[in-house]
Amino acid sequence: MAKKNQSILPEKGQKKPVSQSYWSLVWWKFKKNKMAIVGGIILIIFYVCMVGIAEFIAPYDLEHASNFTDASPQAIHFIDKQGKFHFQPLTYGLVKKIDEVKRVRTFVEDPNSQQYPISLFVKGDPYKLFGLIPMSLHLFGIKSTDPQATIFIMGTDSLGRDYFSRIIYGGRLSLLIGLIGQFLTIILGSVLGAVSGYYGGATDMIVQRSTEFLAAFPDIPLFMALAAAIPSYFSPIAVYFMLTVILAFVRWGGLARQVRGLILSLREREYALAAKSSGASDYRVMFRHLLPGTMSHIIVIATLSIPGMILAETALSWLGLGLRPPLTSWGVLLQEAATIRSIRYSPWLLWTVPFIIVTVLAFNMLGDGLRDAMDPYSGR
Amino acid sequence: MLSYIIRRIGYAIIMVVLVSFVGFLILKLPSLVPGGGDFLTQKLASLRARGDRSAEQQIETYRVRFGLDKPFLVQYIGWAGNFIKGDFGLSFEYEKPVKDLIGERLTMTIVLAVATLIVTWVIAIPLGVYSAVRQYSFGDQVITTISFIGLGMPGFLLALLILFVAIVYLNMEVIGLFSQKYIDAPWSFGKFVDLMKHLWVPALISAVTGTGGLIRIMRGNLLDTLGQPFVEAARARGLKNWQVIWKHAVRIAINPLIVILGSEAFPNIITGSALVSIVLNLPTIGPLFVDSLRKLDMYMAGTCIIFFTILLLVGNLLADLMLAWVDPRIRLE
Repeated sequence: MAKKNQSILPEKGQKKPVSQSYWSLVWWKFKKNKMAIVGGIILIIFYVCMVGIAEFIAPYDLEHASNFTDASPQAIHFIDKQGKFHFQPLTYGLVKKIDEVKRVRTFVEDPNSQQYPISLFVKGDPYKLFGLIPMSLHLFGIKSTDPQATIFIMGTDSLGRDYFSRIIYGGRLSLLIGLIGQFLTIILGSVLGAVSGYYGGATDMIVQRSTEFLAAFPDIPLFMALAAAIPSYFSPIAVYFMLTVILAFVRWGGLARQVRGLILSLREREYALAAKSSGASDYRVMFRHLLPGTMSHIIVIATLSIPGMILAETALSWLGLGLRPPLTSWGVLLQEAATIRSIRYSPWLLWTVPFIIVTVLAFNMLGDGLRDAMDPYSGR
Repeated sequence: MLSYIIRRIGYAIIMVVLVSFVGFLILKLPSLVPGGGDFLTQKLASLRARGDRSAEQQIETYRVRFGLDKPFLVQYIGWAGNFIKGDFGLSFEYEKPVKDLIGERLTMTIVLAVATLIVTWVIAIPLGVYSAVRQYSFGDQVITTISFIGLGMPGFLLALLILFVAIVYLNMEVIGLFSQKYIDAPWSFGKFVDLMKHLWVPALISAVTGTGGLIRIMRGNLLDTLGQPFVEAARARGLKNWQVIWKHAVRIAINPLIVILGSEAFPNIITGSALVSIVLNLPTIGPLFVDSLRKLDMYMAGTCIIFFTILLLVGNLLADLMLAWVDPRIRLE
């Protein structure tokens, strides 16, 4: 054991205090895991760009409809038609094209049209950053006021709205539902798990039977049935809130079981007995002394189950049982993309899928790293 | 053993009854909340929009025919009582017995689930074993990476991407379970062969998530087992390497996988393949269920929920029995 500790502690230990806290050991071990760091960075970027400053990152407003309906993605050119290299990349204008084979009308790039250089920090659709600061600056765009000057790097949908902007905005609701839903799950699961493990007896019995019941109910069908029961006259925000509550309500069982198991062993420890014999109330013993001891487990379980929540929202909205327009989430975007017709005629609408997959993978990478790091005393 | 099975079946029956009641209640919710409606309110609106004068009258006849005029508990008991007798009620939308609509789809759901299960195990076990035996080799690293990606890859999104490739690059219109000429044909050997030819694509897609997880668990378990004294002893007796690994180590390392099969893998397969079926439009109960939920077709949706639950509980029971059979140390009480 002593030998292992030496390898874990920093070598130049003279300046630092010799005994490291648990969390600093966790951080120390977490830092060494490249995959987890990459996952964490991806998630920070996603959350900042989509939840925080989506309005700034997206070149257009969510509902900014242009005349270019079903336009295919515009490439960003560094080398123009004449073969000249431009340090400042450019796009070409769009032109209407009737596809004789598929019998549809789309817009495609026209290399003979004018060139529009892309610049950073361009004034565009006005918005309020964080809902407060009025701004009109966007990360990138085209300065020209010509109606032909557009930048649709992932094409447009059937109303001519920039799909990249919509994905960025859609990420806000999808990513938030994972966090908020998971937060509710943690509260519900850890409180019920703690109470069930601490008191035992009838309380334990009731909580355990409910988790078993939830486990026996196939979860996606349960989500669907509950989501279908949300009345259609609810406002979009109320639907969003209800959906979050539903996700949390269905998923708390697994966490409660784990917390219960941990509390069962922790409550027999000396410090818990000490707290109790010095007159601490049940409430205090449970939430001040025991629950913090399960925190590392809760964080790991939570991180690993956020992707499940995001996917559940995506699946529900995609099937038309969850969020509905005008709310825009990745699932709502998929609704339009995931038909045979749209895959055939406007396959760029599937750009949502890689975003979802990257998010899910990043959460798995981060969670995996956390799981290893939360047990810093093990040799691995 | 027998008493254990009987007890488990009894427990499963209680669960199914509970699920059916709660499920029925949830499906009934839209008509219980103020301002909400059921299938008939939707139908009434569409009839009125068409300018049908006798709309109200028609709806009332439907209401009596479907038994929706009775109080909630009477409706539930009536439906559940008939369910046991094999009558699952009428589908509002198709105005046909649910039994006729669901019959063949249920078989296909089970076929797809079993196929997915087989694909998962056939891929996961050899790869997991290889990756444990050749730990840190190049092959191990490739397998570990692939399994990690597979674990995070949601089946229905993968199905969408595959549909994209099939439509855009291969110019295939549909990925079903049968070729055109067999869709409505009666069962024959040719149809069976045709099914097998088509089945592997959705089975492989539904299997991806589960396979990723199983490979990782198999690798971890086998690594733990390979370090144990009985493996050393087997080697010391001069057994061949493959015998030591497959007959001694894998035999023990596989037990936790069977536990996972019941508790995690099977539920995931049932719900995962339901979503995949919706994307690929396969004739399983998944698409039917979603459709009935959208239309508030209550008896149909309720029947689907019950069958999902039964499949799940039967899967759990079979996994537990298999564990007892594979690992004789386990005594079922």
